[in-house]
Amino acid sequence: MSSPLWTYRMALGAAVAALTVATALAGTVGPGDVEIVDDSAIPASLTGVAGDPVAGKDVFTGRKLGNCLACHQVSSLMDEQQFHGEVAPPLDGVADRYSEGELRLQVVNSKVINEDTLMPAFYRVEGLNRVNEKFEGKTILTAQQVEDVVAYLQTLKE
Amino acid sequence: MMKKTVGLGVAASVVLAGGLAVAELREGYVYFEPSSEEHPLDEIISGREFRDDATRALQEDDFENPGFLSLEEGEELWSTVDGSENKSCESCHGDVAEGMAGVGSTYPKLMAQGGKTTLTNIENQINTCRTERMGAEAYKYDKPQLTGLTVLIKNVDRGEPVNVSTEGDYESWFKKGEELYYTRVGQLDMSCAHCHEEHYGEYIRADHLSQGQTNGFPTYRFKWQGMGSLHRRFSGCMKNIRGVPYAKGSDEFLALELYTAWRGQGLPVETPSVRN
Repeated sequence: MSSPLWTYRMALGAAVAALTVATALAGTVGPGDVEIVDDSAIPASLTGVAGDPVAGKDVFTGRKLGNCLACHQVSSLMDEQQFHGEVAPPLDGVADRYSEGELRLQVVNSKVINEDTLMPAFYRVEGLNRVNEKFEGKTILTAQQVEDVVAYLQTLKE
Repeated sequence: MMKKTVGLGVAASVVLAGGLAVAELREGYVYFEPSSEEHPLDEIISGREFRDDATRALQEDDFENPGFLSLEEGEELWSTVDGSENKSCESCHGDVAEGMAGVGSTYPKLMAQGGKTTLTNIENQINTCRTERMGAEAYKYDKPQLTGLTVLIKNVDRGEPVNVSTEGDYESWFKKGEELYYTRVGQLDMSCAHCHEEHYGEYIRADHLSQGQTNGFPTYRFKWQGMGSLHRRFSGCMKNIRGVPYAKGSDEFLALELYTAWRGQGLPVETPSVRN
């Protein structure tokens, strides 16, 4: 089974796979390397790829993704999504109140701003307790999903 | 629907027979005074009050309430001989209504178990009786037999105010439960308090957040299409926030059971309750 040739092929395959992943993620900032400025904003994109507000809306509403409506309300989504939560502030006009960088920090880790908040940090893996193994070491959203949600939030103007 | 506003107009005020809590009726919902000055809440509300009229009516109807099927199973087992000692529960405790009076409202309690004193809930105590007195095998947690007997015993105290001990030797368990209550867990990084202390009465999507009171357990839950223990509910909450639950019957969940029971000190026992 494990002939030298087979082992060599496996190693080569793994190396190629690792290289592919590295290429795809080039320019993506890992959850431990996000640069927060003045504890108030993350001005730089996590991926360098512009966020897509249409994809961001799906991430925002997806119950297995952002599930943002579990807690927040958005008037413009009332018709298509029932039962908006009420434990967190409405997000109507949120783009008028916060800059892109401030919105990004809110999504990445809002505990930097308010350590008591119940809002999960969507791009963080450190400092968590008893994480289910299915989610261990993983962020709730990918870097690009964060960028897409931020792009969607920027459309919420009054 | 109900919000955590205080003083909406007092319609009635009642002192319970136990004398522990003062119940108040506001807009048709029953509120209780906290049991002590140190209590983190300024009003104590059973999970019943957060459910709709139909659910509450179902709970109150002993013929329709599906929890009574579980109680009947417990009733049957109470007098069924099992194990090497040829005993049933009834052999030692007699009639359940007399033998178990004052049990359901005061557990979890410190009891001798396997030669040491430890915090024990009704489920664990039933299994201690089975293994140490009856020579029978322990029931697995949340098996219908164990739930049925637990429902039967707790139901004896239905209407009695929850009255657990928290002082003396109980204090370390209480503190441990309190710490767990406020500890963030899981990928979603939330504690019990985030939903059940800070946001009860509000909605998370279509879910109406309660205070997480425990006076109705074991409960019939629509979501489960069946009965479940308090530890099953704890476990479900921890999974919802993408955490690793503690084991049912574990010291951690027992400590949390004691602490959460204290948060509802004075609420009437409702077992078997009906919930969403």
